[in-house]
Amino acid sequence: MASLRKIKERLTCSAMMMLTIASGLLLFVISLGLLLRSREILEMKPIMELLTSSVWKPGRGEFGFWPFIAGSLWVTLLSALLAVPVSLLCAVYLSEYASRTVRAIAGPVLDMLSGIPSVVFGIWGVLALVPLVKDYIAPMTGRFSSGYTVLTAGIVLAVMIVPLIVHVALSVLRSVGNDLRDASLSVGATRWQTVKLVVLRKAVPGLAAAVVLGISRAFGETMAVIMVAGNVAKAPKGLLSPAYPLPALIANNYGEMLSIPLYDSALMFAAFLLLAVVIIFNIAARLILKKMENIR
Amino acid sequence: MNWRKIEEEFFLVMMRLASLLILAAFLAIMGTVIYYGLPALSWEMIFSAPKGGFYLGKEGGVANAIVGTFYLACGATIVSLIIGLPVTLVLNVFLKRGSKLAEFIRFSFDVLWGVPSIVYGAFGFTLMLYMGMRASLLWGIITVALVVLPAMCRAIDEVMRMIPGELQDASLSVGANKCETAFKVFARQALPGIVTATLISFGRAAGDAAAVLFTTGFTDAVPTSLAEPAATLPLAIFFQLGTPFPEVQQRAYASALILTALILLVSIAARLTGSRLSKYVIK
Repeated sequence: MASLRKIKERLTCSAMMMLTIASGLLLFVISLGLLLRSREILEMKPIMELLTSSVWKPGRGEFGFWPFIAGSLWVTLLSALLAVPVSLLCAVYLSEYASRTVRAIAGPVLDMLSGIPSVVFGIWGVLALVPLVKDYIAPMTGRFSSGYTVLTAGIVLAVMIVPLIVHVALSVLRSVGNDLRDASLSVGATRWQTVKLVVLRKAVPGLAAAVVLGISRAFGETMAVIMVAGNVAKAPKGLLSPAYPLPALIANNYGEMLSIPLYDSALMFAAFLLLAVVIIFNIAARLILKKMENIR
Repeated sequence: MNWRKIEEEFFLVMMRLASLLILAAFLAIMGTVIYYGLPALSWEMIFSAPKGGFYLGKEGGVANAIVGTFYLACGATIVSLIIGLPVTLVLNVFLKRGSKLAEFIRFSFDVLWGVPSIVYGAFGFTLMLYMGMRASLLWGIITVALVVLPAMCRAIDEVMRMIPGELQDASLSVGANKCETAFKVFARQALPGIVTATLISFGRAAGDAAAVLFTTGFTDAVPTSLAEPAATLPLAIFFQLGTPFPEVQQRAYASALILTALILLVSIAARLTGSRLSKYVIK
């Protein structure tokens, strides 16, 4: 019997080790798979041309990704601009000022907000924000707009990334030792001075990481953006012009991509591009957070 | 009043406003979904599958998508639990604290957690074509399992890290081997965390749309096997909203209400079971 027990342990042990190592390789496998599929188009066109050309005519074999890259940059940066100040103020409030009751309400609300599926954010954008932009904001500037714009997508994305930034920022602020706060308060600093001169100074790298994680989430978000951004394959000229970000491009054209030569390879290249940016952002953010005493 | 006080008051007001703004956004989203969804909701929506001409505004409901979402989310959660539990046990029991391999795998899950689901979708699609197969419930489950795996592993790992090392020493010292320690001591200790992680993953899997777009296909029939394509609620919402007919768009609102209610219920369940089960844990 003892030997059976041993054999059982050996087998489970090695199976579990293999599973662990396989899951450690997952990131490489995904990158490699997408890279191999985009090799076809990378062999046909120089990469600089793919990234900077704005001519997108798959039927004629012209694949310029610039309109989509520009669209992604516009909506992502706008969402960061809107979400970052709000999230950081909220995180500081919850960690330094809020009463127990406020925290008890804020926790579940943030959890639920981050749990709402992205299509539902999209529906909210279509029903509430698109008419707002079309009927009120665009006429104020004296221009016509369909409502499906960079601005709409930026607002929806901002709401989507707020819970993530607040969550990470909160754990960063909590990791700042209370002894520092006590020391500062005991020499007569006000609470805000303590926050500004002691807590924030210590937390800056971690807060930067929280922001980077939020930006990379916004960069890859697909379904909500596809529903509100307008999807016109031209680089946006301003807040009120439509955008066509990279994820929307991939999701919108999966149906026809197999019928046009190079099209599927081009879309897989777009996915690879997305993955590469997100990996770089995430690695940077995680390295910072890891340095700050293992915050997750 | 000196300027220190004024500055403090100013920022306090700003912080309160920011927090209220977030609360308002949450309420606005819920309000919109309920306001538009509730009038369009009917028993027919929930219990019947689309009949002919559903997307032109004729009879039917989204039962196919509700069942599809349930199958897909269950399947994906189970698959990712089957992978995730052994992996986190290896990280916490088999590998030493501070092991380089464990560090690397944790880090790679952190990074994977940030990878957008459209990328998993594209990868799953690539894999599916490579195997020479077509879009089906099975491939949807595989792809979504990959999407939720990092969140699952991180959540379980977080709980397992809290388990004191003495517990492992005690188990080993009475003659249990590492496997027994892992499954009979660690897995049981982490049970509340595992249940919570499973429910959270279920919610994420049910709400995901970008990954299933490529791999699951879409159909009006209720799926009966893994090899068939399946409809899911998020995609049903997306397609219904994309039609030019107001009657069909109404259904998208009702479907969105159903999906939101489902996911909020799961998230509340996750909170409750997490706290209820934890009374059996040795502290």
